[in-house]
Formats: sequence, C-alpha cells, structure tokens
Amino acid sequence: MATLAIRNVTKNYGDLEVLRGINIDADDGEFLVLLGPSGCGKSTLLNAIAGLEAISGGDILIDGSIVTGLEPRERDIAMVFQSYALYPTMSVRKNIEFGMRVRGVPPGERRAAVEKVAQTLQLSSLLDRKPSQLSGGQRQRVAMGRALVREPKVFLFDEPLSNLDAKLRIEMRAEIKRLHQNLETTIVYVTHDQIEAMTLATKVVVMRGGVVQQVGRPQDIYDRPANLYVAGFIGSPPMNFIPADLTVEGERIQARIARNGAAPVAIDVGPITADRAVLAGREVILGVRPEALTEAGEAVRPGKVAIDATIEILEPTGADTFAVISLGGAAVTARCHPRAFHSRGPARFELDTASVLIFDPGSERRID
Amino acid sequence: MNAVDSAHLGARPRTALPTTQQRSDGFAIAGRIAIYATLIAFALFFLAPLVVMLVTSLKPADEIRSGTFLALPVAPTLEAWSKAWTSACVGVNCIGVAPFYLNTFLITVPATVLSTLIGAINGYALTQVEFRGSRFIYGLLMLGCFTPYQGVMIPVARTLGFLDLAGSLSGLVLIHTIYGVCFTTMFFRNYFLDVPKELTRAARVDGAGFFQIFFAIMLPMSLPIMVVTVIWQFTSIWNDFLFGVAFTTGENAPIMVALNNIVNSSTGEREYNVDMAAALLAALPTIVIYVLAGKYFIRGLMAGSVKG
Amino acid sequence: MPEGRIYSPGHAVAVAGFGGGSRQVLTALAVLIPSMLAVGLFVYVFVAWTGVISLTTSRFAPDYTFVGLSQYFKLWANDRWITSVANLGIFSLLFIGLTVGAGLVLAIFLDQRIRAENAIRTIYLYPMAISFIVTGIAWKWLLTPDLGIEKLVRSWGFADFKFDWIVDPRMAIYTIVIAAFWQSAGFVMAIFLAALRGVDSEIIKAARIDGASLPEIYRSIVIPMVRPAFLSVIVILLYQALRSFDLVVALTNGGPGFASDLPTTFMFKYTFGRSQLAQGAASAIMITMTVAAVMIPYLYSELRHERRR
Repeated sequence: MATLAIRNVTKNYGDLEVLRGINIDADDGEFLVLLGPSGCGKSTLLNAIAGLEAISGGDILIDGSIVTGLEPRERDIAMVFQSYALYPTMSVRKNIEFGMRVRGVPPGERRAAVEKVAQTLQLSSLLDRKPSQLSGGQRQRVAMGRALVREPKVFLFDEPLSNLDAKLRIEMRAEIKRLHQNLETTIVYVTHDQIEAMTLATKVVVMRGGVVQQVGRPQDIYDRPANLYVAGFIGSPPMNFIPADLTVEGERIQARIARNGAAPVAIDVGPITADRAVLAGREVILGVRPEALTEAGEAVRPGKVAIDATIEILEPTGADTFAVISLGGAAVTARCHPRAFHSRGPARFELDTASVLIFDPGSERRID
Repeated sequence: MNAVDSAHLGARPRTALPTTQQRSDGFAIAGRIAIYATLIAFALFFLAPLVVMLVTSLKPADEIRSGTFLALPVAPTLEAWSKAWTSACVGVNCIGVAPFYLNTFLITVPATVLSTLIGAINGYALTQVEFRGSRFIYGLLMLGCFTPYQGVMIPVARTLGFLDLAGSLSGLVLIHTIYGVCFTTMFFRNYFLDVPKELTRAARVDGAGFFQIFFAIMLPMSLPIMVVTVIWQFTSIWNDFLFGVAFTTGENAPIMVALNNIVNSSTGEREYNVDMAAALLAALPTIVIYVLAGKYFIRGLMAGSVKG
Repeated sequence: MPEGRIYSPGHAVAVAGFGGGSRQVLTALAVLIPSMLAVGLFVYVFVAWTGVISLTTSRFAPDYTFVGLSQYFKLWANDRWITSVANLGIFSLLFIGLTVGAGLVLAIFLDQRIRAENAIRTIYLYPMAISFIVTGIAWKWLLTPDLGIEKLVRSWGFADFKFDWIVDPRMAIYTIVIAAFWQSAGFVMAIFLAALRGVDSEIIKAARIDGASLPEIYRSIVIPMVRPAFLSVIVILLYQALRSFDLVVALTNGGPGFASDLPTTFMFKYTFGRSQLAQGAASAIMITMTVAAVMIPYLYSELRHERRR
C-alpha cells in the first residue's frame, strides 16, 4: 500500500505525443480510475506506471521514491490485464504463484499464500485446472488472484471487465469494490466505461488526447464537469447541451433559450459572477442533465421553470422513460417517470434551474 | 507464407455451398459422378508410384523381366529388402543402406534439435525487439532462408575444409543447423507473434526476466509449433541430397546420396527390386512421420512452403 | 524525496530509453546476434565470395586472378548452359501451369462435401513427405521404356505403343515435369483448399440468394477472392523450379547427354565434376540473382502487409 505520484509525464512515439504533461496524485488506499475513450493515453499511462513502457519525460513516484527508470519487477506492483494474460500451460495454482516463484519465495510460504487468496476469490476448487478449462469469470478471478497474492504496493487494472458479459461485469465490479474496501489497497484502474468509473473510483481522472481533462471525486465530476468534453463523456444518457443567450437582469443572470415559433424560455441561473458577466450578451451552451428535466406536475414547484414542448420520441427503459424534445435547436432528453407519458405529442416539463451548468462555447470550459 | 501459414486444412467442411445433393436432376448427378471420378483418378495417380515400388520390391528378379509393373508378385519375397539393407552396392562398397541410415540419423537428429532450439529462442527474441530496422533485419534473415544453396556451396566447401570438417558428419550437422535456423526462427517468430503481448507483460510484472519468461511460459506453450518445426527440419534434412552429395564422401554419405549411388551403380546387372526396396527404406522414416503426424507436417509445409 | 532530480530535464532525457523493458530488449538482441552473424556470414558473405570467385580464373581451387566478367561471357556462350536455361524455362512454365491448374480443380472438387475427404487429402499430399531422390527413382522406373508404362501398354496389345521420353533428348525435360507435378500437385491443392475454406460462407449464401449457379459462384466470386493464394503458389512453385536439382539427378541425371540439365545441375557438374570453379560460381550467381529477383519483391510485400503489433 502506497501513494502514487505522476509528475509531468510525457510520452512520444516519434512526433506523436501520446501523453502530454500528466500530473496526478493518489493517496494511500486510493481507487484511482483513468477514464477516457480508446486512444486517449490511459493504457499507455498505466503501462508507464507498471514500467512496461518507457516515458519520454517526467517522473513516476511510488511511496515517494522515483521508480521512473526501474524495471517492472523492481517497482513492487501487480497488474490485471484486459485479456487476463493467464499462462496457458500452467495450472491456476502455478499461475498464481509464478510471481513468488521467480522471486524465490519458499514453497511452503507460496502454498499458504495461494490458499489464502484462493479462499478470498473462491478459487480453491479450481487450483489444479488449466486456464482453458475455466469460464471467463473464473479466469478473471485467477488474474486478480495472481495480482492479490503478491501484496504489492500498487495494483494496476487494465480494463479488467471489458471481456465479460454484461451480467458478470456487474458482479465482478461489485467484487472488486468489496476487495478494495477490505484490503484498502492503492489501485489504478483503466476503463472506458464511465459507469465503472463512477461506481468504483475514489478519484477519477478523465483523459483525452493524452491530456488530463479533470481529476476529482466521481460525484464532483458528474455534478461539476470541468468542460464540455467531460460533461458529455460522463453520464448516460449524456448531458443535454442547449444553446442559449446570456443576459444580465439586475443582479441576476438569465439564460434565454430561443424557441421556434414560440416565446423563448427564460431561466434564472443565479447571481452575477465575474466570469459569467464576461459572457453576458453572448451565446453560451447550457448543460442540463436529463434528470434535471422532468414531467411537470399540476403546479410548477419553486426553483423550477415550466417548458412546454412536443415529445418527439419516447424511450421507456423500465425504471425511467426518456422523452426527447426539441429545445433551442437541439434534441433534448428528459428523464421522466415511466407512467408520466404514454404517447408523443405536446407536454409540459419542468427544469431544475439550480443544476443548469453554463459552458463557454469558445474555450469549452464550465463557467461558474 | 503469410497468405497461407495460418491455414488449417482440417477446416470445417463447407456447408454453405449448394451441393448437388440438394438438387436431384440428372445433370447434377452426372456432375457429382464426374467430380468423384476425377478425384479418384488423381488418387490412383498419386498412389501408383508407391504401389509399383512396393510390388516391385517384393518380386524376384525374373518376375520383373517377365511381367509388367502392375503384375502382382507370384512368389513374393523379402529378399530384395534384406539385400538392400545389408549388401546392396553403394559404388564399390557392397554394404547395403544400413550404415548410411545410421549416418543420416547422426546428422538429422542433432541438426534438428539444435536448429529447433535456436529457432525457438530467436523467434521469441525477435518478437521482443521493435526498433527502426528490426523488420529489415528480419527480412534479411528470411531472404537468407530462400537463398539457393548453389550460391553458397563453393564457400561452404572451402570453409568446411578450413574447419577440418570436410566430408564429416559434423560438418553436415553444422551446415544443416545454420541454414535451418532461418526457417525455424521464422516458424517460431510467426507463432510467438500471435501470442498476446500481455502475456509477456504479465510475466514481467510478476518479476520474470527474459530467460525465465522464455523457459517457463513461451517454450511450454510453443509445443504445437515445436512439433511442426521438428517434423519440418527432420524431413528436410533426412531428404537432403544436395549438401550430402557436395560435402560428404564415401562412407559418410547420408542416405539419399547412398540411394542414388545404389540405383546408378554400374557394376553388375541392374537389380530393380533391390533399388525399389532401398528407395522405400530411404523414404520410410518420413512416410511414417507423415502417417503419424500428417497434420503437423502439412502445417509445416504451409508455413515454410517456399523451401524446395 | 530527492526533490532536485524530479523536474530536471536532463534526468528525463537520461531516463528515456531505459526502464520500460530495455533490459528485455537488450537481452533479446544479445540472443539474436550469434544467429545474425552466422546467417550474415554463411549467406551474404558467402554469396559475395561466390561472386568474387566468378570473376577469377579459378578451376580446381580458387585462384584469385581477376578476369572481370569474362566467365559470364564464357558461360552465356556455352551451349550446355543455354540448354539448361531453356530447359528451366520449359520446365517452370509447364510445371507451374499444370500444378496450379490441377491443384485448383482438385481443391474446388474436394470442397464439395466429398466423402472420405480426409483420406483423399492424405493421399494427395504424401508425395511432399518423400525425397526428390525417391520420387526420381520411382518415376525413372515407370518411364523406362522396356520396363515401365510402355511395356505395360504394349502388354495390353498395343504393340506399337511408344513412350520413351526419358531416353529422347528432345523429350527428357518433360519427364521431369511429370515427376515434379506428381510431387507438388497435392500441395498446391492444399493451399487452394485452405484459401477456399477461408472465404466467408455468408458471401456465398448471398450469391446463392442472388441466383448464381455453382460454377458462376466460383468463377466470379470465390476464385477472385482467393487471388492472394495464386500469387503465393506461383512464387513458391517458381522458387521450387529454380532450385530443382535432386529430381533431375535421380531421374535423368541431366541426360541423355546434357539434354535435360537445369542450371542447378550445370552448376554442380562444372563445380564438383569438371573442376571449373569459376564457371560454376558464375552459374551459381546467375541462379542466385534469379531467385533474388523473384523472392525479394515477394518477401518485401509479405513483410509490408504483415500485421503490425
């Protein structure tokens, strides 16, 4: 268990910059999730932490000491791979104890460690099988066992759930969470699945094009995304982006969403701030989570604005029904009660004004 | 080559093609008959020389003169086989093929083992180096596989002489190993290329070094390609004639050279039954391998097919 | 924490290329070097050495008196060499044409849900396990007029039947085509069969729904899709033809006279039989250059298209 620090790490392949000045700190016991689409550099960064890929600049520190130039074996880390990377000719037991064997751990100690880990991961009955005789979920457990048994300073997970089917993925996700809670280890976990990031992380790092977009607690990133990219990447269905004009009304800021053939919708978005004042009179992008837009009751509640619109598409999902309406020229999704609407057509919605975010279309940043 | 090296012939039988069994008109049945007739005719064509050799080897000399090659032996005898084994004349030495058999094993086994092991570690090493020019180096190695031996024979002869290995079995082991390494390296490299990189990475995170990874993980999992390579090398070296005839003399000759000498010996009357028995004896090890491990043999053929 | 080192750019530069598995790469290189040196010496240096000898007057032993390209002029003025080159042309064309044709037909036929497909394939392919010397001996026996096929057909009552190509200087080269065809046709069939089986069966289903007949499907869809296999097969067979040596030695030994010599047997006879080292070397260089002209572009394109990882 240890802290991890990434300092100004860069990585180039020739002229191609894969990582550009990455800075991240993880506390002892942190569950750090590197989140981003494929090609964003998250796996490269993980491999760099592991020592599997050399970096072009910067430093990586584990527990305060620089490990930048060290081989993987000298870093005291363990890793779970996307394809599990189980050694096909070895039994489960041999797979799990391989790392200890090459490090010269005596057989008795190895055996005890394997038994313990096998118990934790419910692998005891599978120890003598070959990887090819295991199901996907079992292989996943073995891969985790191989990492756990070494009790390293830092665990690295490279998209460990992406090869499992949907149901198993949710089970294993819960299991990884439980493991982390029990062991209180430092984990770095790479995924492109924002739900995994939300459920597992104590700290999420959103990456794009080799650049860190935002670092923060999952709920903070969800509620207060730093820019349009993060806002759009996190959340399902994604955040609605609605063009609007920002005006100053006395001490307050108002956003006006233009409507085709109807009066614009005016939304009070809070008191004037220095940053927002700069944008007054300009077009901005409003960020509205689907759950901030719901069906309206008899009377509009305080803090809400009523919006009359035509439902174009209804998507029932069981727990919620998503209604797609047109607002400010954008298709906007509202998360509604499943029994709120049964057919397309005109309907009344209400918008929670306090949760509306404002983004500068030029810099794409959130403006508070 | 790559277009074919991953091909598996034991592949699924085709199910999507319209088979004439689904249609029942006479035209289709005639087509089906024509297909079978062609396939069977070719099967007979491919089998004929082997059968003829076998039949001839079992005939006494007078039956060869009197009958055609298709006539079955009236009084089958193994005399020709025993003569081929023990006393057929190789040049002026009437000692049969037995000693040359032993020679060939003494050449083939060490050269096969050495070239396979070197190829295995080379192939793994090649998948671990990626730098500017590593492809070029591999290209040079592959081109080396396909250089015609005529282009190197004179220097090889001089070099073997210089090393005091001229005409010796160890000289042939050396030559077969060196020229075999190109192919074995190619086989293993292409195999290891298909092993997920994550496996090596996992082993490195586990703390294993290059040789630990090779011996504990890569070598055990390369068993299929190892069988292919061993069979390929064994067959190629066993069947070699060119190196044998160029670099050995007299009693150190490998089997194919001895066989050619038996058949072309000008002393005495031609004993075709002995020739055929000797030829079958020479072909026996590779035929046995083919029968027992045809799948691996064919995979080797497909992977290294450019070797003549 | 050694603060001073962390942000020092010099440190970052020094680190680049180390760690991240450099030890693995260095070990791998160290493993490869002996083989590289051996192949470099035994292939490239030796070919160059042969080239040097071809520029000299060497006869029984190398004699480094340089005479420029005169050995090559002498070679191309030699009837025996010209014959061997012409033979190679005839042999390659017929051998490749026949094996490709038969191999393709057999592969297509075998791909029709044939009973005992495995047995048939095994029979077609076994000649590849047999040495060229044994093949040559078997076919020599079958082709010898007073013993083989001629005798058989005459015994059926066709007393005038003649099949004496092997002793006819004009026809001897064709007997080599027959034996080489016998040895390789099954192998070519196997390559084509593998390629045919690699064709996505949904494409064929789609063609059937479009109403195409079986021959049409093969002609306009399947065969064009296996075009890469044609290239491989032709290169492989051409390479095999260029190197053919054992089969000729066993079947005709270049005879009658030198009527069925190939460049490879010419090279061998001049080098080891007639002690004309420089002539042998010049012919060896011609062979090597021809093979290189075929193989370099082929290997280059193979390596270029190889999946990058």
